[in-house]
Amino acid sequence: MTDIYEIAIVGSGPAGASAAARAAKLGLSHVLLERTDHLSDTIYKYQRGKYVMATPDNLPLQSDLKFEADTRENILGWWDDGCAEAKVNIKFNAEVTAIEGEKGDFTLKTAKGETVRAKNVVLAIGLQGNLRKLDPRKIPGADNGVTEYQLDDPKDYFDKDVVVIGAGDAAIENAVALAQAQNRVTIVNRSREFARAKSGNVSLILSAIKDELLECAYNAEPVRVEDRAIVLKTPEGERVVPADRVIARLGAMAPKAFVEQCGGVFEAGADVPRVNEVYESDRPGVYIIGALAGYPLIKHCMNQGYEVVHTIVGDPVESIIRKELAKKFQVIPGFTDVQSMLEKIKAAAPLFQGLTLLQLSEFLLDAEFHFKKPGEAFMKKDEAGASLFVIHEGSVEIPVTEEKVFRLPQGAFFGEMGLIMGRRRTATVIADRTGKGAVCIEIPRTAALKLIASSPVAKQVMDETAILRQLQTFLSPELTRDDLSELIAAAQTKKFSRGEALIKEGDEGDALYVIRSGSCTVSKRIGNSDVVLAYVPAGKFVGEMALLFHQVRSATVRATVPVEAVELDGALFRSLLAQKPKLRAIVDRVAREREEDNQKISDDELSRKIEFLSSVGLGEATNAIVIDESLCVRCDYCEKACAETHDGVARLDRDAGPTYANIHVPISCRHCEQPHCMADCPPNALQRNPNGAVYVNETCIGCGNCARNCPYDAIKLSALPPPKTGLFSWLLFGGSYGPGEAAKPKKSKENKELARKCDLCSGVDGGPACVRACPTGAVIRMGPEELFARIREGA
Amino acid sequence: MSAHVSFLAHERFRWFKRSGWLCLLVIVAYSAYAPIGGRNGGTWVGYGLGGLGALIILWLSWLGVKKRGFAAGATTIRGWTSAHVYLGLSLIVIATLHSGFEFGWNVHTLAYALMMAVILSGAFGVFAYVRYPRMMSENMSGQSVAGLRREMSELDARLARLSQRLPDSFADQVKIALEARMGGGFFQLLSGSSRRCPAARARDAARVLADGLTDAEQQASATEMLAAFSRKAEIAARLRRDLSFKAMMDVWLWIHVPMTLALIATLTAHVFIVFFYW
Repeated sequence: MTDIYEIAIVGSGPAGASAAARAAKLGLSHVLLERTDHLSDTIYKYQRGKYVMATPDNLPLQSDLKFEADTRENILGWWDDGCAEAKVNIKFNAEVTAIEGEKGDFTLKTAKGETVRAKNVVLAIGLQGNLRKLDPRKIPGADNGVTEYQLDDPKDYFDKDVVVIGAGDAAIENAVALAQAQNRVTIVNRSREFARAKSGNVSLILSAIKDELLECAYNAEPVRVEDRAIVLKTPEGERVVPADRVIARLGAMAPKAFVEQCGGVFEAGADVPRVNEVYESDRPGVYIIGALAGYPLIKHCMNQGYEVVHTIVGDPVESIIRKELAKKFQVIPGFTDVQSMLEKIKAAAPLFQGLTLLQLSEFLLDAEFHFKKPGEAFMKKDEAGASLFVIHEGSVEIPVTEEKVFRLPQGAFFGEMGLIMGRRRTATVIADRTGKGAVCIEIPRTAALKLIASSPVAKQVMDETAILRQLQTFLSPELTRDDLSELIAAAQTKKFSRGEALIKEGDEGDALYVIRSGSCTVSKRIGNSDVVLAYVPAGKFVGEMALLFHQVRSATVRATVPVEAVELDGALFRSLLAQKPKLRAIVDRVAREREEDNQKISDDELSRKIEFLSSVGLGEATNAIVIDESLCVRCDYCEKACAETHDGVARLDRDAGPTYANIHVPISCRHCEQPHCMADCPPNALQRNPNGAVYVNETCIGCGNCARNCPYDAIKLSALPPPKTGLFSWLLFGGSYGPGEAAKPKKSKENKELARKCDLCSGVDGGPACVRACPTGAVIRMGPEELFARIREGA
Repeated sequence: MSAHVSFLAHERFRWFKRSGWLCLLVIVAYSAYAPIGGRNGGTWVGYGLGGLGALIILWLSWLGVKKRGFAAGATTIRGWTSAHVYLGLSLIVIATLHSGFEFGWNVHTLAYALMMAVILSGAFGVFAYVRYPRMMSENMSGQSVAGLRREMSELDARLARLSQRLPDSFADQVKIALEARMGGGFFQLLSGSSRRCPAARARDAARVLADGLTDAEQQASATEMLAAFSRKAEIAARLRRDLSFKAMMDVWLWIHVPMTLALIATLTAHVFIVFFYW
């Protein structure tokens, strides 16, 4: 072929087809090159009858092809018709293997040896040609034929044990479809929530789990694949799950070699090639759009196809995301245009280094921008909050004492303790009092978790900084990153399941652990039983004694709840101490204090109380009810007061719940550090307020995920009872329902069964009604540290 | 557990101290003032003490409303209870001195007697509140009432299943055990006695019946049944004791509250009569 096309489009997925349709509509000479014999192979390979979502819901579509949420078949039909109608010039069975030449005259070579010439190239090949697989070297048996990476038709399976690995959209859809086709399905999720999937799919999988259509193994990872089973590592230990088939949906990677040959440049740590704001790669004239540019959503792809053609013909249209961002950027002083602001944001923050500008702009749609004048606070100490702040401009101060003030420069972030540990804000952060004010980007919890999950660079930056700050908090704020760099580089994050030992008494271990999330108990074998000596919350160290004094481990440290801890190398730590006598003094003092504490409570009874309380969830609590039964006259006024202050529905069951000696922990919310209930709330209705209370807001849809996820049964679904007469008319004239009593709620369209839980009586003067209403002082509500301290004082 | 503070020790015995000082003050005033005609309710100190006593009585009875109001605010009901107990006890001193030790067969002394009845029943209440909670915990040994009731209905189901593998005479005993009731009449409830517990009777009868069995399988079933009967009797006894403890903590209120209402009525009459007919 001697003609030279204006545009050659490689790949006929949503991005490529949309671009081709636009080019055809504009009357440009173009060619659409497709590797297979049909349009959009990725969607074509979706399982039959799959319902395709159209997210993000609030993003309008700009394309000549039709697209809305519908079945795979209908959507492919629309696109076939749309391309035919627009008279798109399609070349099937044309797999591009190389792109030569330069802008204005590219030559594309296909696998069959054909060549195509074009002035501009749009690369829209997606990622699905290059699926991520299990590594048989790490997971023995991954290559034994049981594992597949795709599911064509779920109806191919019937009455089989199928294990689906992954927590993304494909994994969810495969798992649910297989379960609906009468198979016994287990979905293996590496984390504790489905953070990466579309919200529609999240509700789909959660309701499937709830209805016991399939089973989900959370926090689980494959260890090895056997003949007809797979072995998983779960927080409860290793678990063998029968598996006639393992389907691993681990996502896909960009075909790096080919993309680089085409001129794409991958930045260090990035999964996708770099493109500029008009999707042009480092090679002029080669544009990269769609999943390959980091945009897996169909709507984005189609919009980009439309935009890129306009860019090529010199008639650019502004992207819809950028219009939204422009509104957000208004608060930033000196904001002029979106592009330079995006570049500035990326350049300023190491956390964003792994993202392309396009990913960044998508991500920023969820973020909020705050400008504060010098001295104004971004966050306040002891407030609860789980969002992450990134300093975009200016610097911030963290006043520790009157004289001592820490400064964080532009690009640094703060608030990660709340995010990682679920603890209250440990400090107040204000805009630099000597500067001109500061701009911070506030990233909500779910978006921040998504960032960490999807960008390895962000995860690394975050982990290192968190370790550094914990070391600074624990040892000395004067330590710099340089002092600790070697230690941090060698640090490893480890996960421990409930009950697993970090350190075993009598072992030779030489490592120090910083507990990042969860909590532990320290116990010692005295006589025939394990006596608990201490409770160690997140943010503290364990294991320093053996390390300092070169002895064997003197006690066992056990996770009371799932724990994430950073393991620090003992030898490196000692050499650091040798260099810094001041530091050595601090560590010695902490160790001495702890040893003294440990000696103090070898009291059996006290130890058992602490062990009991830790075992019933106080270890992960921030605020829990503890009843002293020797004071409790069983009047249930706590429950009644709760109902009276909360629309007639008590969020506390006094009689139920575990008891040890006189200590009773009733069924009520513990306001966990990392709330289990928050993990899978489709509308994100579970929130933590500045007082630390985990509450349900008005967006609750009553799906019941939170109630099922709560290990303490503290959430119930209930409609509201009808209103009743007041106290005096009951006292004087009698009535059916006295204080704390109410008629049975009748659920209706207006009065839905929604999640009801304790909100610590936020907004009620005087605090929790249960505590105030107790006539004898049997009810208290507090966090574990205060509780344990009080128990210990009384001993 | 020292994390908790009892209503008696509220704010380091604040109301105990305040009531103590109040009593002391009242005694000093009473001793210092020696009017002509002797000390009685009609003197200025007498009026003062009477007024004070009446106010305290009214305020103390307000607790019944207050604790059911669940109003927001900084005060706790524990504090109110604490004040209620100690100020209530101080009334013994205040009202006795108000009377000037003049007693007779009249409405005035009736008011005094009613007040003392209220205080004494209240004192029993404090005793019950201190004594029974601990006994309740020991009795339940970590289990909840709902949990035991669930276990009991599971036992009933197991007994019914077991009786099908055994002669009919065992089924009769299962029927008897089904009649096990918790609570009952006033005294039965308070005593918490399990002396004639149907489950225990069924167990004893079944034990005799089991001795007559020869078939090995039936013997095994009978052993299982006896275990279930024993467990049921044990649970029933615990639940009865639980109810009786709870009843002991409630029963004094049946005197305390009606007597309070009677006291307020009599007190009104007393004040009315003193000012208009004396």
